[in-house]
Amino acid sequence: MDIDWAALGQVFGVSLVVTVAIVGLFTVGIVGTSRKPQPDSGSTAPGAAPAPAARAGAYACFALCAAAVAYGIYLIVA
Amino acid sequence: MEHITLLIGIVIITALVFDFTNGFHDTANAMATTISTGALRPKTAVAMSAVLNLVGAFLSVEVAKTISGGIVDESGIQPEVIFAGLVGAIVWNLLTWLVGLPSSSSHALYGGLIGATLFSAGSSAVHVDVVMMKVLIPAVAAPLVAGLAAMAATRLTYRLTEKRDERDTAKGYRAGQIASAALVSLAHGTNDAQKTMGVMTLALITGGVLDPDAGPPFWVITSAGVAIALGTYLGGWRIIRTMGKGLTDIQPPQGFSAQTGAATVILASSHLGFGLSTTQVCSGAIMGSGLGRKGGVVRWSTATRMFIAWGLTLPAAGLVAGAAALLAGQGDWGVTAVAVLALAAGFAIWKKSRRQPVDHTNVNTPDIPAQRTSGSEGLQDEPAGVVTAAVQAVSPPPAGPAAAQVSGQATDRSEPAGTSEPADKPADKPADKPANKPADKAAAV
Repeated sequence: MDIDWAALGQVFGVSLVVTVAIVGLFTVGIVGTSRKPQPDSGSTAPGAAPAPAARAGAYACFALCAAAVAYGIYLIVA
Repeated sequence: MEHITLLIGIVIITALVFDFTNGFHDTANAMATTISTGALRPKTAVAMSAVLNLVGAFLSVEVAKTISGGIVDESGIQPEVIFAGLVGAIVWNLLTWLVGLPSSSSHALYGGLIGATLFSAGSSAVHVDVVMMKVLIPAVAAPLVAGLAAMAATRLTYRLTEKRDERDTAKGYRAGQIASAALVSLAHGTNDAQKTMGVMTLALITGGVLDPDAGPPFWVITSAGVAIALGTYLGGWRIIRTMGKGLTDIQPPQGFSAQTGAATVILASSHLGFGLSTTQVCSGAIMGSGLGRKGGVVRWSTATRMFIAWGLTLPAAGLVAGAAALLAGQGDWGVTAVAVLALAAGFAIWKKSRRQPVDHTNVNTPDIPAQRTSGSEGLQDEPAGVVTAAVQAVSPPPAGPAAAQVSGQATDRSEPAGTSEPADKPADKPADKPANKPADKAAAV
């Protein structure tokens, strides 16, 4: 019997890294575009909208995720 | 489309029926979490998945050259064997749908082909080592890989958004989840519709309609795509309920992590040459996301039944297909008999499902004891006794105190209920009205 452990290991590694990376990126994007905590729950500015820099960074994260989706579609088509 | 014999015609129609069951069986893979977190309304979700499955069917032109991926020796395969294999796969798909358990449609097809080949060509035509490599190892690996990836991703995303308002982040998560689900739907359309195209093309080649090297004609691609899309749009609501609500309770961050993990694993595995079942990947990812949330739970009783169903998929579909192959090998009357029996079995299963209808209106209301009754007493008119016993073993037992009570009554009264109750009366009414619910249950118990 011939089990392709190398391929299985690769699938395992790639899946783990890519999933965590994309979910991480997207979450950073969500954090960047969502409001800061309300005054009663934290010490930062009250209900402030995210700073322009944070917003730009968040959009960069979303763009990377979109690129990953595009690559996924490419893999399906190819 | 010239000169298609009756048998080839029957095989093609059966292949399309399998494609259809494949569609509604696997809607849950892409859309269960999307529906249960409320990212999309149930009808919108299945419509989107259906369209993407249809698009996916046209995306790739590389039709699977071997329908079984080398599991059985296809060199001298007869149309009767393909037909019997498809019947086995369809019956198993319908049975697992009735009890609401996600199981791999591809493995059902493999099992059906193995069983039919065993009974018609003998054991030498089945490649056992390929079965290990393509079915058994992936069945163990898929939930582990997808589960661990989804669990790690869930942990990370909860940690990063700890200080944020849930209502603020939910919208983003839902958008991401829809994108991942779309990718899963697209990949499903490409992979699984292709499988049916491969079966149809092979049948046409064995019938001498097509040249041995020919690709699928356009009508084959179109009909396969349409069949899988229609099946998807119908929605396997029973399975969606199990995956979306039965395995664990899914919050938007979990749904996003699970769906993204599933999409990644599916694409990575097909791209790196270690094929994993979409169903098993998605179930594993959902369980992983359940474990990844603090205080999240996985209902291991439901998960265990699902694992048992996975283990039974191959032998059960194989047994049905083997019996069908024996019968179909008797000649034209045998093929007719198999077709009639398969239709009767399908109708009986559908009739049973109407007793406890699950559709877009109640897909997000877990009602496991109801599944219990339909699963345990509902299968008695199924012709294949072995499969009936097998499904009874995996049908969900009651959960919670109320369910225990119901099941107690069920065992006491199942005999008269099955024969004397006017079962169809309450089932025809929509089950979403609360007033109808007790009546529904009483009839089924």
